[in-house]
Amino acid sequence: MKEVILIKIGEVVLKGLNKRSFEHKLINDIKNRIESFGSYDVKLSQSTISIKPLSDASSIDDILPSVKKVLGISSLSRAFLCDKNLDDIKQTIVESLGDILGSLQTFKVEAKRSDKKFYMTSPEISKEIGWFILQKFPNLKVNVHNPDITVTVEIRDLGAYIRYGAEKGIGGLPKASSGNAAILISGGIDSPVAAFMMAKRGIKLTAVHFASPPYTSIRAEKKVIELLEKISEFSGYIKLFIVPFTKIQEKIRKVCPEEFFTLIMRRIMMNISEKIALNEGCSALITGESLGQVASQTLEAIVCTDCAVSMPVFRPLIGMDKEEIITISKRIGTYDISIQPFEDCCTVFVPKHPKTKPKKEQVETAESKENWDILIEDALQNLNIVDIKQ
Amino acid sequence: MREVYLDNSATTRVCDTALSETMEVMRENYGNPSSGHLKGVQAENTLDLCRKTVAKFINCDSKEIYFTSGGTQSNNIAILGSAAARRHLGNKIITTSIEHSSVLRAMEKLEKQGFKVVYLKPDKYGAISLSKLASEIDKSTILISLMFVNNEIGSFIDISKIKKIIQIKNSPAILHTDAVQAFGKVPVNVKAQGIDMLSMSAHKIHGPKGVGALYVSKGLRIEPILFGGGQESGLIPGTEPMPAIAGFRGAVIELMKNKNSQTRIGEINKYCRRLLAKNNSVRINSPQNAISNILNISVKRIKSETMMNFLSSHGIYVSNGSACSKGKRSHVLTAIGLPDEWIDSSIRISFSRFNTKEDIDYFIKYLNEGINKLIKF
Repeated sequence: MKEVILIKIGEVVLKGLNKRSFEHKLINDIKNRIESFGSYDVKLSQSTISIKPLSDASSIDDILPSVKKVLGISSLSRAFLCDKNLDDIKQTIVESLGDILGSLQTFKVEAKRSDKKFYMTSPEISKEIGWFILQKFPNLKVNVHNPDITVTVEIRDLGAYIRYGAEKGIGGLPKASSGNAAILISGGIDSPVAAFMMAKRGIKLTAVHFASPPYTSIRAEKKVIELLEKISEFSGYIKLFIVPFTKIQEKIRKVCPEEFFTLIMRRIMMNISEKIALNEGCSALITGESLGQVASQTLEAIVCTDCAVSMPVFRPLIGMDKEEIITISKRIGTYDISIQPFEDCCTVFVPKHPKTKPKKEQVETAESKENWDILIEDALQNLNIVDIKQ
Repeated sequence: MREVYLDNSATTRVCDTALSETMEVMRENYGNPSSGHLKGVQAENTLDLCRKTVAKFINCDSKEIYFTSGGTQSNNIAILGSAAARRHLGNKIITTSIEHSSVLRAMEKLEKQGFKVVYLKPDKYGAISLSKLASEIDKSTILISLMFVNNEIGSFIDISKIKKIIQIKNSPAILHTDAVQAFGKVPVNVKAQGIDMLSMSAHKIHGPKGVGALYVSKGLRIEPILFGGGQESGLIPGTEPMPAIAGFRGAVIELMKNKNSQTRIGEINKYCRRLLAKNNSVRINSPQNAISNILNISVKRIKSETMMNFLSSHGIYVSNGSACSKGKRSHVLTAIGLPDEWIDSSIRISFSRFNTKEDIDYFIKYLNEGINKLIKF
């Protein structure tokens, strides 16, 4: 009896001709994550990946937490591998879960036969194994609707797998399978969630953060690094660019009408991010905007910031409520970091009465009072780069 | 870049004697005071010596000193432990609304247990009125816990008058004082000042972090709140942190040698106040008679955090409010009735004997630069 991890891959299954390259990326991600824990055999067959420890020192428990964070898997479970014959299957059931089966009241057997050459059909296997369990454990009764335990027997090309339930995976597409994009990250609750959601769609992330010392603190930067470290547990390596933004914010404050402070600031942030993104080979920008959440995220305001750049801007949270965003941030572990109270670039110089229905022309006129190119170039010359490793 | 450390009420640089005493214990005298062999006995002797040094400094018997992990633990044990032991005598506790959070959170715990806690409010100078206190003390009062020196604005209480009031009122109350900011800075004499319990911390007086002490007057019973191997008469179980305790002693020895350091700090404070007075965007929040170690100011329309960051970028370290209450508006400045805009722009400067007038010049230079340069809210 060998214990393995059985992984069902998600959407990748639906891919056509380039399915192979997606599968390859997924397998590589798994291999890289578990490499340092010992030696394991990772095999893909029939849209299912099995991870088998190759030595006694290589344990399933050690690698499970990191395997759970692999993007592109729909479910995963611990399973026991044995030869494809009924005696072995029965023996494996008794050995792997005998003591637990003895203490429960109801069960059900599910059989799946993806090796169509196997001599019994799925219903036949279920019946046979079910009868065996009933005899072996007189305490158990069959309940197909709401059993205490579901024993799943899968007859696959590589062998027979016995498992008890499965856990949902992260889903999405394999890590870095959809190209590069740059996330504008402030340190709040939303932008890390947006970053995660796009990483989940296979985006390789580059991050841009704006720092305005002394109005923002060193701890705000530390916080962003901690947030990205959490995201990188799923997405892999992230290159973070910290943009020195003080001079630009001070200038906005000095020369622009107060009601447009935030909008003009955001337009310049988008502009700088686009320049960094282009340089890094990114094809899109990502923001954590959610329609109507704050004054700078009304439809009119988003129209004004969107036209500051020519790159597409992905806003994965645009239709989500704050509650929904918070739920995801708690699930991916960024919430507790996000709520630490440090000033960030978005909370500095907030106007008392921001324009909620700005017109593009008004903003452009207000903005044109200053030639921003020199200040932007100066900021780009002084970028601080931090490597966020998985 | 020059470093000017003006956050000595948050913590201090460890002094040389504290450092050498700590090193000695870590390198040579590393035994466990509870061990029966010679190495253990040597450690126990050192522990006794440390206790004597601290005891002598506040004029008590060495058996009345318990080493703790610092101010917070001292306050927790004193308040929770004595309330539990004196419950049969009454139900009322008196404290103030400007205590440290380690006192306030302990009081909240006691309120949940059914104690009635009275929070005295300070006047606009941070002073607690003795007559108000006197009117609250009665026969059901079992504990009075008052901060000797306030950690945010440096105001202090005339502790020596309180014992007399308790006696006149014929109350069973005992007097605890959180002396973390007073110890080593104002004269502390527990016998003469009628103090029953007193909390101290080493790292505010150039000793190491992680150690403090609680003085408990002989004969006073305290219910333990921690349980273990019986060290420190069962009140603070766990192997004694000998390197830190030895460092604590070292810091006290240096304090006793530097008898005129408070006078020097007083001069530095006066010098700083004089220079600040020239700038009309600065408001001084500490009362005129505050302890000279602490000077709380507000800078008109510049956020505390911004000014702190700006000064920090020039190697000058001050506190934006109390370091323990990050993100929240200071309960002390609120209690003395400071308007929100002044609270939001407050910074605390706190001096030590290592500061010089040149440090103050340097600080004032950059404070003024910040005032001219930084964008106002």
